[in-house]
Amino acid sequence: MRTYIRYWIEMLACLGKGNRTYYLWMGFLSVLILSGIYAYSHQLRFGFIVTNLSNQVSWGAYIANFTFLVGVAAAAVLLVVPTYVYERPEIKKVVIIGELLALASIVMCLLFVTVDLGNPQRFIHMIPPFGKINFPESILAWDVIVLTGYLLLNLHIPGYLLYQKYRNRPASKRFYMPFVYVSMIWAISIHTVTAFLFSGFGSRPFWNSAILAPRFLISAFAAGPALIIIIFHFMNKLSSQKVEKSATEFFSRIIAYTLPTNLFLFMCELFKEFYSDTLHNLSAHYLLFGIHGHFMIAPYVWAAIVFQVSSSFVFIFPAFRRRHNLLLAACGLAFLGIWIEKGMGLIVPGFLPTPLGDLVEYTPSLVEFFVCLGIWSVGAFLFTAFSKVAIAINTGKLAKKNLP
Amino acid sequence: MNLLALLKSKLLAGRVNKAAPELKLSRRSLLKGSLGGAAVAAAASSTLTSKATAFSWDQFFQKHYKELTPEEKKKVFARIEGELSQKYKRKVTVDDPQPIEGTKFVYALDLSKCNGNRRCVEACVKENNLDPSLAYIKVLEMDRGGLKLDAGDRYYDRATVPAKDKIYLPVQCNQCDNPPCVKACPVEATWKEDDGIVVIDYDWCIGCRYCQVACPYEARHFNFKTPEVPAERLNPNQSYLSNRIRQKGVMEKCTFCLHRTRKGQYPACLEACPTGARKFGNILDPDSEVSQILKTKVVFVLKEELNTIPSFYYYFG
Repeated sequence: MRTYIRYWIEMLACLGKGNRTYYLWMGFLSVLILSGIYAYSHQLRFGFIVTNLSNQVSWGAYIANFTFLVGVAAAAVLLVVPTYVYERPEIKKVVIIGELLALASIVMCLLFVTVDLGNPQRFIHMIPPFGKINFPESILAWDVIVLTGYLLLNLHIPGYLLYQKYRNRPASKRFYMPFVYVSMIWAISIHTVTAFLFSGFGSRPFWNSAILAPRFLISAFAAGPALIIIIFHFMNKLSSQKVEKSATEFFSRIIAYTLPTNLFLFMCELFKEFYSDTLHNLSAHYLLFGIHGHFMIAPYVWAAIVFQVSSSFVFIFPAFRRRHNLLLAACGLAFLGIWIEKGMGLIVPGFLPTPLGDLVEYTPSLVEFFVCLGIWSVGAFLFTAFSKVAIAINTGKLAKKNLP
Repeated sequence: MNLLALLKSKLLAGRVNKAAPELKLSRRSLLKGSLGGAAVAAAASSTLTSKATAFSWDQFFQKHYKELTPEEKKKVFARIEGELSQKYKRKVTVDDPQPIEGTKFVYALDLSKCNGNRRCVEACVKENNLDPSLAYIKVLEMDRGGLKLDAGDRYYDRATVPAKDKIYLPVQCNQCDNPPCVKACPVEATWKEDDGIVVIDYDWCIGCRYCQVACPYEARHFNFKTPEVPAERLNPNQSYLSNRIRQKGVMEKCTFCLHRTRKGQYPACLEACPTGARKFGNILDPDSEVSQILKTKVVFVLKEELNTIPSFYYYFG
């Protein structure tokens, strides 16, 4: 117990030490987090009137970011599978980074769900025995359960491995391998349940699609690795732990499959919508071309398509993807493209036109913008902190000193 | 009007008032300020929000409506009555009439009679203590020759009704027998009562708006701010599950005026209708008007293919 307390104290102390870049980065994020808290305080005080949501467009930027980040959290499983199943040594070294990324993403997801509640203080209504959770009927109840489970799994696995490493003890497979296998399946489940959240109701034909869950998973397996490659780049530049080229290559090869597949599935949806030409295609029509002069979302979605198509070429051809700067740009574009497509590009058209034919457009208000920025900053802050400590432990800089 | 006041009015009045026709087409540019407006409003309207933001431990630990014992109910109702009487400076009573055994309420609406005068909407707003920005009933104006819900216009000018070659379709909660909203709610804050009415415990709702996503009739409404009901318009006869004043951040919906109908009265919308288009009653009573209509007229429901099984029928009389 005493060792465990000292482990935490030393980890926190480790966070206090860093170079100028580190302080500037964390300071910058702290400012953004504070502005997010300030913006959220307005929402708490005045209600959702300070957002641009409406009775027509019930969900917006919060749920869009939530949906996207569930994907990022799930994609971290990609780091876990090759490590433990295929035993790729170069990835084993960074597997903990993936798990910590999942952890940071899940925290962001839970924050995004919380700020989307009209009465966040009533979260206890979901926790039995005082609360009543509408399980198994409500998919939102399912989502809360799987996300909490995923949070616990990703707290346990890296937590255990790092603690053993800190104590210079070998990690006992019994204590983490079962959880690793569970977390692989669990990762698929969090994104599937999140897709079912949308696809489960006949009221919104745009989402009422069987391939929504596969689309979510495939796009996550493109956006997640894209982010991971960008993270590797910064680890190599800024930290003492170097990531081998073959790890980056491994992930860019995965994106070479998943990103074009994502575009293919998107095209399948569009074929169904436009060839059958029923009134149910109005949302898809709004998404791509706008309706009656309402086309706020269309330019963004076309940009997302262009981003994904152009970056696909980089990932598909080895000659392109081996040029490091081009690869980084492609990762950035793929990440951004998917963020638009499965974020606002999925949420907003689902509501428009409304079931009774109204059309009220939506863009985030300033409050929503700063709350979102604040939550992303929390994620970046946590991930930086997690990685800094993990790298210090992995490279042996932070270890239990053998006291005489 | 100075700039601050302008920002404030924009913030507080503009957003949710989607019923105003001119707002329908307003295109909100990206990030068009609310934060500034909020800050101004914070400074300017402390009186407006001080009560709204007051945190109550009693309410925080209040149990789900269905789990309240009769004594606890009494306490809760007394608390609400006290808060409201103080806020509106007049006596407010809160009760919870129970479903009548052997009763299942059904609505039937004669589309050949409705002329789009929206008296029902007005009466509903008054009866149910609605914020002026909300309405449980939407009347859609459509071209003759079909019922294309997608082409309905809810912002038509009522001064000119009935317009030539138009028909009018009022839509409110369908009190479905297979309600997607009840399925969606993660905390069981909404349920179907024995007389068929879908209700919400406003003190239990967490405000996730998933029920709104699930509803194909746009029947569920969110309180984007603390509702402002003018004191002179207040209906002081309130019931826990229907027309009592809601809080900000919770859902609300049509309850077929259960505080009236469970006491043998008609819903307010029916009483207000000057055309006689609205019929309401107990479907389990074979002699009731609605039973006769369902037996003798060709009736239909909205979006039948979704299998929500509405208790709200339309017919042409």
